[in-house]
Amino acid sequence: MAERTVAWAPYGTNTLIGAEVQRIDGPLKASGHAKYSNDINTPGTLFAKLLTSPHGKAKVAKLDVEPAKKMPGVKAVHIFRDIGSELTCDGELIAAVAAERPEQAIEAVKAIVVSYDVQGHFVDEDDLAAAEAKGLTKPQGENKKGDVDAALAAAKAVHKGYYGTTTITHMCLEPHGSHCEWKGDQLVAHLSTQNVSGTAGQFAGPLGIEEANVTINCEYIGGGFGSKFAADEWGVACAKLAKEAGRPVRLLLDRATELKVAGNRPSAFAEVTVACDAEGKLTAWDSKHWGTSGVKGGTVALTVTPYVFDPPNRRRTATGLVCNTGPNRAWRAPNHPQACAYTQTAMDDLAAKMNMDSYDFFKKNLDLTSQAHLYAPEMEIAAKLMDWKAKWHPRGAGGNGPKKRGLGMAMHTWGGGAHAATCLVKVHPDGTVETFMGSQDIGTGTKTAIGIVAADTFGIPLTSVKVHIGTNKYPKAGPSGGSTTIGGVSGPIRRASLEALWKICDLVAAKYSVPADSLSAKDGKIWSKGEAVCTWKQAAGLIGPMALEVMGEGPKDDKLTSAQVGGVQMAEVEVDVETGIVRMVKMVAVQDIGLIIDRTTARSQVLGALIMGIAYSLTEECLFDNATGRMINADLANYKLPRIGDIGELVVEFYEPESEYNRGVIGLGEPPVIAPGAAISNAVANACGVRVPVLPLTPKRVLDALKGAQA
Amino acid sequence: MDRDPQTRSGPGGFHRRDFLKGSGAAVAVTALATQAAEQQAAAQEQAKKVSSKDPQKIILNVNGKDQTVTVEPRVTLMNALRNDLNLTGCKDVCDNAVCGACTVLVDGKPVYSCTKLAIECTGQKITTVESLHSATGTDPVVTAFCKHDGMQCGFCTPGFVMAVRGFCNQHPGASLEDCRKGLGGNICRCGTYDGVLKAAFDTAKSVKGGA
Amino acid sequence: MRPFEYARPATEAEAVEFLNEHGGQTAVLAGGTDLLNLLKADLVAPERVVDIKHIPSLREVRAEDGGVTIGALVTLAELTELPLVAEYRSLLDVVDGVRAVQMQSAGTLVGDLCLHPNCWYYRQGYGLTAWQDGKSLVDAGDNRYHAILGNQGPAKFVSASRFAPAGIAWNARVRIVGPEPTAAEWVPLEYFYVTPKTNQHGCTVLKPGQLVTHVWLPDVRNTRSATYEVLQLEGLDWPLASAAVSLEIEGGLVQSARIVMGHVAPVPWVAATAARFLVGSPVNEETAARAGDMAVSGATPVSMNDYKVQLARTAVKRAILKAAGPLEGA
Repeated sequence: MAERTVAWAPYGTNTLIGAEVQRIDGPLKASGHAKYSNDINTPGTLFAKLLTSPHGKAKVAKLDVEPAKKMPGVKAVHIFRDIGSELTCDGELIAAVAAERPEQAIEAVKAIVVSYDVQGHFVDEDDLAAAEAKGLTKPQGENKKGDVDAALAAAKAVHKGYYGTTTITHMCLEPHGSHCEWKGDQLVAHLSTQNVSGTAGQFAGPLGIEEANVTINCEYIGGGFGSKFAADEWGVACAKLAKEAGRPVRLLLDRATELKVAGNRPSAFAEVTVACDAEGKLTAWDSKHWGTSGVKGGTVALTVTPYVFDPPNRRRTATGLVCNTGPNRAWRAPNHPQACAYTQTAMDDLAAKMNMDSYDFFKKNLDLTSQAHLYAPEMEIAAKLMDWKAKWHPRGAGGNGPKKRGLGMAMHTWGGGAHAATCLVKVHPDGTVETFMGSQDIGTGTKTAIGIVAADTFGIPLTSVKVHIGTNKYPKAGPSGGSTTIGGVSGPIRRASLEALWKICDLVAAKYSVPADSLSAKDGKIWSKGEAVCTWKQAAGLIGPMALEVMGEGPKDDKLTSAQVGGVQMAEVEVDVETGIVRMVKMVAVQDIGLIIDRTTARSQVLGALIMGIAYSLTEECLFDNATGRMINADLANYKLPRIGDIGELVVEFYEPESEYNRGVIGLGEPPVIAPGAAISNAVANACGVRVPVLPLTPKRVLDALKGAQA
Repeated sequence: MDRDPQTRSGPGGFHRRDFLKGSGAAVAVTALATQAAEQQAAAQEQAKKVSSKDPQKIILNVNGKDQTVTVEPRVTLMNALRNDLNLTGCKDVCDNAVCGACTVLVDGKPVYSCTKLAIECTGQKITTVESLHSATGTDPVVTAFCKHDGMQCGFCTPGFVMAVRGFCNQHPGASLEDCRKGLGGNICRCGTYDGVLKAAFDTAKSVKGGA
Repeated sequence: MRPFEYARPATEAEAVEFLNEHGGQTAVLAGGTDLLNLLKADLVAPERVVDIKHIPSLREVRAEDGGVTIGALVTLAELTELPLVAEYRSLLDVVDGVRAVQMQSAGTLVGDLCLHPNCWYYRQGYGLTAWQDGKSLVDAGDNRYHAILGNQGPAKFVSASRFAPAGIAWNARVRIVGPEPTAAEWVPLEYFYVTPKTNQHGCTVLKPGQLVTHVWLPDVRNTRSATYEVLQLEGLDWPLASAAVSLEIEGGLVQSARIVMGHVAPVPWVAATAARFLVGSPVNEETAARAGDMAVSGATPVSMNDYKVQLARTAVKRAILKAAGPLEGA
């Protein structure tokens, strides 16, 4: 290392970074030894269960928790919403009971005397006219550029269509909640959170205690997807119940409540008019979209409409519907999947109208994107992996039998970047390394990535690095959201590890009389000009009796991390036009991600995103029932998710020329989950000849669309 | 227009025949051994044929060890394992027999422990996921899941590991397609099916002759 | 789940005795995959749960009267390994569709026949008929999975059993014991199911204190059978519609036919007209499609489930073609 600048090693010189590395906590997770918040069983732990509203809209008319207190095993009761409270959706929390056993808590909840003044609900998330008639809309404004009407009049082809994506929920397999225990005036909360360093205050404030007296622990979290940034009212209630009972309490939401109130992805329905010239170049976009995020009445942001492609003339409006449905939360790539779906399905329909191969149509319009330099090569790679040109056929020419094949594609964009974080890197005199960071591994492989960066910087095996995360008592790290974690953790770790290495190299230089700036670390040794000077262990031994500690911060003005990715996806499906069942045949994802730290977990992220994409494209949705005002399918049998046999062949390819490596680390969690909706919908249209406008593409929707086309 | 079968003949109006009476020619081909009745533990349990609603002291044989727990009859095997024995590898996710996160082996067969009563399982051998990775060794299934990264958040993973273990015991040498068909009883939200499938296929290949 | 006693009888007689105490407020536990869900939802709140898994006679599988008798404890996984069941293809089609090793290990054939409806109104405590304030919640609400046939009365759920259509197509029978200590009768499976008129009625003829001990399937050596289930997922899922057929074919012409649809009505739905139409005809794409049309000609879909008519039609057509096709493969 000639110069001591904080940077990644030159392209192609890493040992672990960019390699296939198994996650370091794999055996503990796979064998059930990893402890999640829902698994904490400290002695005397009580179990809390919830009373929730069974109505879409109601007022608490009567509430008496005294009978519950007399039930066997009950130690504490908490009221969320007392008499007179307005309840705005099914599942809203009313009271919680903590008892010796969960079975007792469940029965005690039933002993609570409660009655409701039931009011008229509105849950029809796609009925804009009805919402307007009832005054339940919130216009989000209009935004214009160019002259849309003139462009439409001059266009070669104009397509008008209706599209939509219904509300879906996060469905974290570990529900939201915590295990809370008091030690004197100190609260220890095992919280299932994506925000280890940022939630202490959310307990301290409502509880009236000092933030320094709150410990947040979360070494393992069973899914978050954007819904677990907060302590939430049930977290604070858990701490209160524990205080009242003088015992630890575990309060995790039951499955139905988890689905109803712990977050969802807003719906978006759109009327779109899109136009192009004779060449197939987009000239105008005119859209009106609406949807709901619950009683707040939000929908997908205007700013991402149209998505990726920005024609010279556009007009867009959005309206939020005030529905008695659960509140939304950030759901993996907020706004993008819905906007991608209604934009790129409309474009695909316009391509079909022009009798153009959608691939050619998208390609023709790449200069309307801000990242043509990424999309163009990624499209080529994807097309090769899908064998697009050989397989493509005009819309509806999917074969003679009832099972029709079809192809579709779509593309996405995401920012990423790095969140603010600090780490402590500790090098022990025996050469072992520890890292400390108040971060969390939501399944993305954060822990493993931290270990890889430290190990590669010191030139030691991954097993020599002990990675500590999961408590707010470590140096702070940002929440795992927006695909900012990998950049957020790898920057500070690289920086601190390099600075520690340089200090040790100074000691080596003095001891072995070699120039300090000639030294580098690799394969467990310190090297100078191609010669091994000493072992890493010998070098670390020069530190003295106590560990060397270095703090690292990020992001800084360095080249360690970056932002902005593209990504192209293609789907091949088989549609049974007699049953409306869509089967995935194959999906290809080509993704640029900058510098790859762990190829294995990075690939898993993309695979997971594709599968989650298949889920919201084909099977999952929140069903809000007009008769009862409830989310009628709030269980895992009726909230349908794909199973292992439903995913087809998945191909993940990273677009990674040297230029990508040189961009530094970029987050990957969100981008690949965006395009599947449009890609799969386009493939279904290509297969069966009819646009099925609303996701998910269930047998009902496919058959209804086919029947509508015949009529 | 077809008729509702119910209206074809009223209650009590249909022909009844007691086959047992006239079944002298019946050949007993009992393909399935009456193992349960023969088991000593079960025999002991039968001494007490009706257990009251109150907590019962029962012995569960878990991972080769007899463990005593005191639970009401209504307590599920999942809750007894998780809350009384601190074996939290079986996860509480759907509590509804659809997601597979609570899968354990009972007498070698993979079952949803959320829809088994603990008291029902006395006299049976219960195997939980924790036994697949301990000081004495690591089961090839766990190794295969790590190799193929068949996990992300890891919450569904132990249940999937047990489903694969049980499936491969029952279907040694299963094909990729067999694995796809047999393992549809587990749900993963992060989307790890690709790795799980590869891990299952690897494991199936390594099991010879069953267990 | 309310507290309950747990009983473990060793004989059928003992089971009946245990079931009849507490005024018959008892429940039968075998595989448990449905009962435990019903208990958790308070849809069943017995004073006692009777675990029948230690009754040796219920494990039996034996040849009887030319057919086969299958005990209530025989699991789906075991069915696939029994030489005596190998010819009951329609049954094995269903087992194959249960894409979950756990359900195959624990679930039993008899348990499936006794499944309570999966109607979301029922499961959430609105009663079997889901009537509230004199109105049908099903009619007013989300009825995408509800009945398209036999839905003129208050009950609009669909029968949950996956095996019943196959069994009824073969004229299978079930053996019911109790409530009197020595009472035992064989009931045609077709008449085992009833459509409740009120929430006080059940969806089978089973009375408190009774228990289904065995299923008998007749000799099927001269018939060809198949079940076709429309399953959205390639995994654990309920069929959106299904059809089972049993055909006797000689000289290329259908001699006799039984067609039964599942998940389309509150009971398994016998499509007698469609079956009669098939008799005397060859089986081909056209006749099978015609039979499918006839099977659903009387359908009365409600606001959201028109698509199920098409699904049932297709299930019938495909079950016929599958049954008539070569026994191997397909």
